[in-house]
Amino acid sequence: MPSEHWTHPEPGDGPAAVAAQPSPEQVIAGLRATSEGGAELTQLLTPEGERVASPQFDRYVDDIDAEALKGLYRDMVLVRRADREANAMQRQGQLGIWVPLLGQEAAQIGSGRALRKGDMAFPSYREHGVAYTRGVDLKEVLGIFRCTDHSGWDYKAHGFHPYTIVIGNQVLNAAGYAMGQKFEGKVGDDDSEATICYFGDGATSQGDVHEGFVWAAVYDAPLVFFCQNNQWAISEPTERQSRLPLYQRARGYGFPGIRVDGNDVLACLAVSRWALEECRHGNGPVLIEAFTYRMDAHTTTDDPTRYRLSDELEEWKLKDPIERVRAYLARGGGADQAFFDQVQADSDAFAAELRDYCFNMPEPPPDRIFSNVYAESTPLLDAQREEFLSYLDGFVGAGEH
Amino acid sequence: MTDLQKLTIGKALNLGLRRAMEEDPKVLIMGEDVGKLGGVFRITDGLQKDFGEQRVLDTPLAESGIIGTAVGLAVRGFRPVCEIQFEGFIFPGFDQISSQVAKLHYRTQGKIKMPIVIRVPFGGGIGAVEHHSESPESLFAHIPGLKVVSVSNAVDAYWGIQQAIKSDDPILFFEPKKLYHSGAMKSEVDTEATPDELFKSRVVREGTTATVVAYGPSVKVALDAAAAAEDEGKSLEVIDLRTLSPLDLEPVFESVRKTGRLIALSEAPSESSLTSEIAARVQQECFYSLEAPVLRVTGFDTPYPPAKLEEHYLPDLDRVLHTVDRSLAW
Repeated sequence: MPSEHWTHPEPGDGPAAVAAQPSPEQVIAGLRATSEGGAELTQLLTPEGERVASPQFDRYVDDIDAEALKGLYRDMVLVRRADREANAMQRQGQLGIWVPLLGQEAAQIGSGRALRKGDMAFPSYREHGVAYTRGVDLKEVLGIFRCTDHSGWDYKAHGFHPYTIVIGNQVLNAAGYAMGQKFEGKVGDDDSEATICYFGDGATSQGDVHEGFVWAAVYDAPLVFFCQNNQWAISEPTERQSRLPLYQRARGYGFPGIRVDGNDVLACLAVSRWALEECRHGNGPVLIEAFTYRMDAHTTTDDPTRYRLSDELEEWKLKDPIERVRAYLARGGGADQAFFDQVQADSDAFAAELRDYCFNMPEPPPDRIFSNVYAESTPLLDAQREEFLSYLDGFVGAGEH
Repeated sequence: MTDLQKLTIGKALNLGLRRAMEEDPKVLIMGEDVGKLGGVFRITDGLQKDFGEQRVLDTPLAESGIIGTAVGLAVRGFRPVCEIQFEGFIFPGFDQISSQVAKLHYRTQGKIKMPIVIRVPFGGGIGAVEHHSESPESLFAHIPGLKVVSVSNAVDAYWGIQQAIKSDDPILFFEPKKLYHSGAMKSEVDTEATPDELFKSRVVREGTTATVVAYGPSVKVALDAAAAAEDEGKSLEVIDLRTLSPLDLEPVFESVRKTGRLIALSEAPSESSLTSEIAARVQQECFYSLEAPVLRVTGFDTPYPPAKLEEHYLPDLDRVLHTVDRSLAW
């Protein structure tokens, strides 16, 4: 890493090298110093939309011709449009909360499109883009944030585990699932399965993530750890989570770690395909740090103007994951204005459909409170349910008169 | 053909686990030292040798890791049986238990099942250092989505562990470590019998003077107290709860309607505990049958003391008899 900020203290550097708390100025300086992602950042498409050759990773995107890239562009525009619509609906009081993905479209679409049907993805709670790539209807995701449901989709059919709200829990769950794939002999050749697990930079401070790294390594689990380093865990910067770039942690656990430009959909696709292939062949796990930026708040309850400078956001806007693909497509002649207009129209229709669904989403009936607490219910719970429903029935009678 | 074997609780658990593994290849045992060592209490002795390292997993040393990976394995279709070495070490796994194990079925409207058993040796009386003698079962009984059982004898240990493994619900299985290898608690296990339902409590000694309800290690204390009371001309009815969540209190209600007096016995601290719940429910259901308030004999509301003091901390038969006298004096 070129940045002095990340230099690890050597033995003998003395206590001054182990600064207890960086000042706000140091935090901001550190972020700026690493905002390019450093010398080891894997990138295939620059922010200006120039294709960069990569001897190691080009072969993983050989099949991505103009048409396929247009598909990835369309994916990103659609999920961003859906994200903005949901954000607006929260502001209108239609959703209890929303968790924006703005700025992280490339990391999610690139990695999600690298998955195959037999693979399983374990998301945290911001992976709306990954959900979309797994064929999950975003209407089902909306239910979580309108608070009508905890998780609507069929996890098995889509290969997409329910969202996990508790930070880092899903990393261990994913490790166990990947161990299961290994135990069932689904690892070893091109047709094998793999698991991918999403978490953020803040989650890397959780014990469960550390334990997930240990378990996956010890059991050679076919698991890709996909860390979206969006620089901020609510108001806590990456500097509050680590002294080292996060991808370098993998070395301590004995598996490869790689930093990819998380705003480069092509690089995210290539690196994810490589990592999944490693896992399928029994060489997993792998840690990917997708170096990206959360361009909106952590959630709609958050106020990022309290803890970060607008300069930082402006700098990252120049690295927008969608704009660079658009520039590349436009310049290379892969797409004309009619294409971009059509994608825009499609995304508007997609958003309108979401809005319409959201406004008309049915409220769950009261007995839903009691359903599926257990696979086999208990007498006490059944009695509580009956008593409550009978209590509610009393109001129906009263209202009729 | 009846196959009767006289077993300790520990041996009964071992045989129960073995049979469950033979019957279902998806059953895994996972935990610290469960393989080559056979567990710190040797409950899993010999299983790794016969079923291999992929079915009896000597895991890294982290309880959240054990529970959290069991969740993923269950999602994949396995039936993990996790061993926590001592109850005092379960808390690093508490997050996974309460956040994921207990809730995934509800969260997914039944699409994901959590057929996980978490075996927890618990309770005092073995002269151990801190964190090795606690009774945290009420904490788990309070979490919706979990089921909690505790065995007190070899028959229930043998059948209960198999029934817990077969259940599609997650079960905390509390084992009285003091009684694991107790010769006094050996009993004949009929391995061909039809077992009792897992989530039912049971009258283990009939009586008419007062009722004592207990579970796990306290059942022996209750039975000893009942034997001693008989010499004093008092007839105690003893009920083994067996299931702590859901609580099956019907036999307790029935007994209280007969005796008019209830003593709830447990090693756990009393405040906000299972004995609190029992007292509340019994007064609700049996108010007009009670001749005295429900009284409790429990550990104190302190952390578990240094073991040199545990004989004072743990309810013994004298404290039970003293409390029976208090009830009768009402």
